[in-house]
Amino acid sequence: MSGVEESEEVGASSRIEQQSALGTMATLRRGFELSPEIRVGLGLTIALAVVATVGRVIIPFVVQQTTDNGILAEGGPDVAFVARAIGIAAGVVVVTSLAQYAVNVRLFTAAESGLATLRMKAFRHIHDLSVLTQSTERRGALVSRVTSDVDTISMFVQFGGLMLLISAAQIFLATVLMVVYSPILALVVYLCFVPLVFLVRRFQPMLGRAYGAVRARVGDMLGAISESIVGATTIRAYGVEERTAERIDASIEEHRASAIRAQIRSVIAFVSGQAFAGFTTAVVLVVGTVLATRGQITLGELLAFLFLVNLFTQPVLMATEILNEMQNAVAGWRRVIGVIDTPADVSDPGDDGVVQQRGPITVRFDGVSYAYPGGDLVLRDVDLTIPPHTKVAVVGETGSGKTTLAKLLTRLMDPAGGRVLLDGVELRRIAFRSLRERVVLVPQEGFLFDADLADNIRFGKPTATDDDIALAITELGLDAWIEGLPHGLATQVGQRGESLSAGERQLVAIVRAYLADPDLLVLDEATSAVDPATEVRVQRALDGLTRGRTSVAIAHRLSTAEAADVVVVVDRGEIVEVGAHRELVGAGGVYSRMHDSWSAQQAG
Amino acid sequence: MRAQPRATVFAVVGSVLWASATVGTAWAIGWVTDTVIEPAVTAGSVAAGGLWLIFGVLVAILAVNVVGVILRRVFATVAGFNLQAGYRRGVTRQYLRLPLSWHHAHPSGQLLSNAHADVEATWQVFNPLPMAIGVIVMLIIAGTMMVFLDPVLAFIGLLVFPGLFLANVIFQRFMSPRITRAQQLRAEVAEVAHESFEAGLIVKSMGREDEETERFRTRTYALRDSLIRVGRTRGTFEPVIEAIPTLGTLAVLGVGTWQVARGELTAAQVVQMAYLFSILAFPVRALGWVLAEIPRSVVGYDRVQRVLRAEGSMEYGERTLPPGEGPASAALHDVVYRHEGEDHPTIHGVSLEVEAGSTTALVGPTGSGKTTLANLALRLVDAEAGSVLIDGVDARRLAHGQIPAVATLVAQQTFMFDDTVRGNVTLGEEATDQSIWDALRIAQADPFVRALPAGLDAVIGERGGTLSGGQRQRIALARAIWRHPRLLVLDDATSAVDPSVEQAILAGLREAREGMTVLVVAYRMATILLADQVVYIEQGRVVDRGTHAELIGRCTGYANLVQAYAREAAERAAVAATEEETS
Repeated sequence: MSGVEESEEVGASSRIEQQSALGTMATLRRGFELSPEIRVGLGLTIALAVVATVGRVIIPFVVQQTTDNGILAEGGPDVAFVARAIGIAAGVVVVTSLAQYAVNVRLFTAAESGLATLRMKAFRHIHDLSVLTQSTERRGALVSRVTSDVDTISMFVQFGGLMLLISAAQIFLATVLMVVYSPILALVVYLCFVPLVFLVRRFQPMLGRAYGAVRARVGDMLGAISESIVGATTIRAYGVEERTAERIDASIEEHRASAIRAQIRSVIAFVSGQAFAGFTTAVVLVVGTVLATRGQITLGELLAFLFLVNLFTQPVLMATEILNEMQNAVAGWRRVIGVIDTPADVSDPGDDGVVQQRGPITVRFDGVSYAYPGGDLVLRDVDLTIPPHTKVAVVGETGSGKTTLAKLLTRLMDPAGGRVLLDGVELRRIAFRSLRERVVLVPQEGFLFDADLADNIRFGKPTATDDDIALAITELGLDAWIEGLPHGLATQVGQRGESLSAGERQLVAIVRAYLADPDLLVLDEATSAVDPATEVRVQRALDGLTRGRTSVAIAHRLSTAEAADVVVVVDRGEIVEVGAHRELVGAGGVYSRMHDSWSAQQAG
Repeated sequence: MRAQPRATVFAVVGSVLWASATVGTAWAIGWVTDTVIEPAVTAGSVAAGGLWLIFGVLVAILAVNVVGVILRRVFATVAGFNLQAGYRRGVTRQYLRLPLSWHHAHPSGQLLSNAHADVEATWQVFNPLPMAIGVIVMLIIAGTMMVFLDPVLAFIGLLVFPGLFLANVIFQRFMSPRITRAQQLRAEVAEVAHESFEAGLIVKSMGREDEETERFRTRTYALRDSLIRVGRTRGTFEPVIEAIPTLGTLAVLGVGTWQVARGELTAAQVVQMAYLFSILAFPVRALGWVLAEIPRSVVGYDRVQRVLRAEGSMEYGERTLPPGEGPASAALHDVVYRHEGEDHPTIHGVSLEVEAGSTTALVGPTGSGKTTLANLALRLVDAEAGSVLIDGVDARRLAHGQIPAVATLVAQQTFMFDDTVRGNVTLGEEATDQSIWDALRIAQADPFVRALPAGLDAVIGERGGTLSGGQRQRIALARAIWRHPRLLVLDDATSAVDPSVEQAILAGLREAREGMTVLVVAYRMATILLADQVVYIEQGRVVDRGTHAELIGRCTGYANLVQAYAREAAERAAVAATEEETS
């Protein structure tokens, strides 16, 4: 535990990548790597698909044989032959259908399993990103990374990939057959298709960009729509429905325009494929006629060759179509990969991490400084030691760096310079599961989930029983509040806890943290919306119960400071005073000024 | 479709062109073979004119085909996305129109899913639809030709269609519940994701990433299983739909051969009939794809309709408030309010008079209903009984937009738009920089805004970016002050700012409040002392009202609440004194 290595510069937090910069092939590779299930059993699926494809080619052949050699047989229709052929064809139809069914089911299973894994990975990684990185993107847009972006991929993974393989095989097969029939005509076909290859190659990146734009617009659109949902109260209070509607409409319009743009590009790509196919048929007929008049090819061979051209152009068309779809999928993939590959700047040391013993805790800030990305230092050379069993109050003006201090202490952010140590171990080296067990932050706006009160409290300790919760509430002196609620602990709190008041939400957050029972409790304005009487009561209960643990409370109500063992005064990113309330209050510094102002307010 | 008639017509015309050209190509090859190629081969030479004829006919048909495909695809795309955009506008208009109680009952993630995935699902069917219509045209042409060839054989062949229809009915029956479930789960996945990302800070600070991932996993795996079930159903349907026409062809061949053997038909007629069937194989397959999309569209449509038809919007009246600069009064008469689905009201017959130009403080313990009263006063929610008057007019009879034009709320929890400081203050209205700075100064927000690299044009971002809670609160305050409301409702709007800043804000407000009525939810003495009238509330009932001095003398609950800090300090001092004595 030497911990002497100099902390590297990490103050600049990363933004979430709009989309990864990987090329198409690299994206596909990375995509399949992230969803290993897609490849499970792929061999058998391909084999079955080959059976289905062969079946689909055989059926028209059998039908043709039936007419040529059965119905049109010399000397009248050969009923027995026809019956036999129909029997065979029906058998092939059954086998083909079964094979196709098996292929469909296997593909759906593999694709959806793989994409579920991808969703999981992206979701987990978003939670592993630092709070600061998370906040660089709107919630709605973030949600699109695990929903619609993944949905975009599914079409391609379900059918596209496999069809592409089969098309390639069919193109190869058709080429061999064409060369056998007539090398010259085969060359003609290939010459006709060369321009298409160039066109497709040119088109692919354009399509990729167009689809990429669509995905980004979907994210923006969901972001804008989400604003109208989350900000419903503000929008109504200010009567800005119209302006919000305009903002949403602009995002809907941008999405619509980008989607049409992308689709039209894909139409152009598809139509050029079709045009080349038709053009090739025409050229083959013309050249073939010339060859036939010179006796280099028979009329029957020419007509058979046309059938081969069709066998060749069909998969080519299919392939261009799938390549379009692939660009769409790649665009979705890039967004998901973009978020997964965004480095988690405040990361869990994982298995190498130090797992600490529970118990009394010592905190030390050693020359800590911090700057938000692109901003000035908000904390400068902070040195501070908090011994075990100490109740610390951090005070200072809004924006002085108090919250930054709390975030560094709970490792929601890493310092740009210096180190934060818990019992002598640098925070970065402590395993998250150990750190989160020992240190808990209660933020000002404690988020509540749409569930009942008991479940929300249990978030602090998933194993807590109803009795544990009831006991915690009693110990915190909050029984009367719970009893006053319509259904007590079973009260539903609504979306984001909005059925409760802000003060009540803070109380839930306190009970939650209390139940989590950490060694170090960090309260960031955790009771700012609670009424004074309740605040004092909760504060006292916490004091009584937090003996043996260290607590750091960030507060602007100086009643908290008065009750603390140590008051730390932060001013413009620096610690300017440290000491007991009684020492500081008469010292004539920042604290005594703050306290005067506070006392003046209390006199009534 | 009716909403996009022109694009739909173009797409269908395109589709018919495409269908005709597809049939036409087969015909053209036959024709040039008969008229040009075969004679040429027999003659052993070909004239340039003959070659041009071959090329010309095929390219002409190709041109029709290409034009058809372009029309079909482009207009289907345009119509499809226009319809999607239109529906999205409709859905989001509902989000803006429906009352807050509706919002509380609907998870954000679900609403996002309705606006995106469900609207998309509804119109997904549109892209291949014109093609399907083209296919049907083809089928009609082919069917007519068949009937003319031989009614009996045609009858057998056309049995395929009831077969397809039956298969489709069975498919829809199996598919609909599965798709319904899948779309529901899709919404739930979005719901968990939205809530979980919103809770990001808590999840992290409590180290609950694993539990949240587990919660997401449950939904994601449920969605996966549901989509696999959908896939299995679809995977069964598609081969069946594909097999039916083939089996029909075989039946035609079998019966046809038998009839030829009996001398009722010529071989050529049977062959022609079989050929007609074979060219229909691919289009019918494509029709199967369209049919397979229908259940998803129907389900998406239902889910979207549920939002579009949601009732319970706030009804607005016609009345307007007389124009004026002076302060507006507000009053609540015997107001009862109950949260949706609850048995017991949270507000029990509260009456409140806030005289024009006065300042009233609402004081009460946490959870006593102060915020609800503030929301009622501005008609953000409607009372179950009793009335709310603004400047003497029943709030329900006022026209839409009247109240926000007069009265402004600064909520307890600040909401920042993904916009600049300027945009967050003016909310898009025209404003001079000076007026914005003035508002920011009163809210004590000017120093830190000035320090932002882009000043007024600094983007705050949805989650307030790097601003602290207190800084966001001050911007929200500036947003209200900038509007010079005639009635200002402050719901504990300075809870996150420190005492000295709060003092400065209050001092600024005191000056600005000339011409302003203020209703303030407060705990702190400094704020309460600004009030002409204090109303003390407990459990949704008014316990007492009067001046601070009156209440402190006669209302124990009130005195306990507002003097809690002072009492606590006194007790602590007493304990300290005792300790010093004993030591």
